[in-house]
Amino acid sequence: EEEMEEDVEGWHQLYPGHIPTSPLQKALLAAGSAVMALYDPYRHDMVAVLGETTGCLALPNLRDKMKNHPEGYRILRERPCIRLSTLDMARLQGLPDGTLGREYVRFLENNKVSPDTRMPPKFVDDEELAYVIQRYREVHDLMHTLLGMPTNMLGEVVVKWFEAIQTGLPMCVLGAAFGPVRLSTRKLQVLATELVPWAIRSGLSASCVLNVYYEQRWEQPVESLREELGIFPPP
Amino acid sequence: VYQVFENVAKKYDVMNDSMTLGIHRVWKDIFVHKMNPCPGTVLLDVAGGTGDIAFRFINYVRSVRKRQLQRKLKHHQNLSWQEIFESYQKDGFNSLGDSQVVVCDINREMLKVGKQKAQHLGYSEGLSWVLGNAEELPFDDDKFDVYTIAFGIRNVTRIDLALQEAYRVLKPGGRFLCLEFSHVSNPLLSRLYDLYSFQVIPVLGEVIAGDWRSYQYLVESIRQFPPQEELKAMIEDAGFFKVDYENLNFGIVAIHSGFKL
Repeated sequence: EEEMEEDVEGWHQLYPGHIPTSPLQKALLAAGSAVMALYDPYRHDMVAVLGETTGCLALPNLRDKMKNHPEGYRILRERPCIRLSTLDMARLQGLPDGTLGREYVRFLENNKVSPDTRMPPKFVDDEELAYVIQRYREVHDLMHTLLGMPTNMLGEVVVKWFEAIQTGLPMCVLGAAFGPVRLSTRKLQVLATELVPWAIRSGLSASCVLNVYYEQRWEQPVESLREELGIFPPP
Repeated sequence: VYQVFENVAKKYDVMNDSMTLGIHRVWKDIFVHKMNPCPGTVLLDVAGGTGDIAFRFINYVRSVRKRQLQRKLKHHQNLSWQEIFESYQKDGFNSLGDSQVVVCDINREMLKVGKQKAQHLGYSEGLSWVLGNAEELPFDDDKFDVYTIAFGIRNVTRIDLALQEAYRVLKPGGRFLCLEFSHVSNPLLSRLYDLYSFQVIPVLGEVIAGDWRSYQYLVESIRQFPPQEELKAMIEDAGFFKVDYENLNFGIVAIHSGFKL
């Protein structure tokens, strides 16, 4: 496997898992992954690939936002990762109800998800931007917690709307626009009348969510964090 | 190589169709037609994993057999009912005419997929599935009438050993047939082919199978494989006579053939 990596890329591998790609390949990947993600919603890897191949404008933007913010800057420097191995689950579970840590763990349990299932970046051609997109993916579950949205299709779409406003990533925009395609009319109604407007308002008013050092704020109550960020209470 | 094919096994057929835009089916059809097997032929298909060649062989032999029986019936039309009935019994409804194919592959996953396909498509008789290594076949000398390897030989580390094994297990008079990606000499076509291979195929691998690296490897292995004349020489070195090759699609694919005399 290692031999392959050295020979295969006459180009430079910038980080473990990096696959350098030509502009043509990126374009083909973007198109292909978009189609596949719509065709088979269980292909989360395709959503990830779409994000990486289309994020060339949004990612530097996000990185600069982080650089210019004291907390964001620290995150970029220290590169924390949200993994089961780095989280002290017992401690988080022991925190009082309503705190970020406790609610995050509750979210993971209720929806039966784990922070370890996030795809590592492959097609981002800058090592720092690769971290930014990785951070975005790892923080996604915390978005669910902050917004109070479950991991069903409806909840995911709402979070996508929020993320689209916040990050400007084309993948989020596409997900927000096309995600509702698979929802029932009843859900679509709720989505359109209540959830999306709220998500948009919150997304616009909130400061950049990637600038929050979540790992240092487990004890902070969710409501206080919402207020601090500018996220309106969920409907 | 083993790991590549483990990943690749389940999506193998889908990927083949996508990468070659379905043309691989035509290549395999031409291959079996060139083989022109008659009923009673015993075929060894090496690296035959998902069964494409084996199934085509069975279909071909069945249709030849059908025509044989039809011709026979025509000649017997003037016999009595009793005699016609008796000749039926004699031939049996042996639709394959004692032809057999042994599918040999080094990868268990590929064989599994092949067996499932056989069941699904309704192939039951005349098929055997054996786990084995092309460089060291688990068969005795002089056993097979035809040895085929379709899109498998480029994955063998020691091609010379595989060729020697092929020679060994073939009966005298037996035929060696190899279908493989080869070299395009036409410069314009070669550039287009390279562009397609390196730019599109790994993308297809990522999108369809979630596996860029395996398909990057596939494309590389094709480039590193010996060209037509070199492979011909290697086949001759293994002892085969009347070695020849036929280019398909300007050399994107080539069929090499040789005889053990």
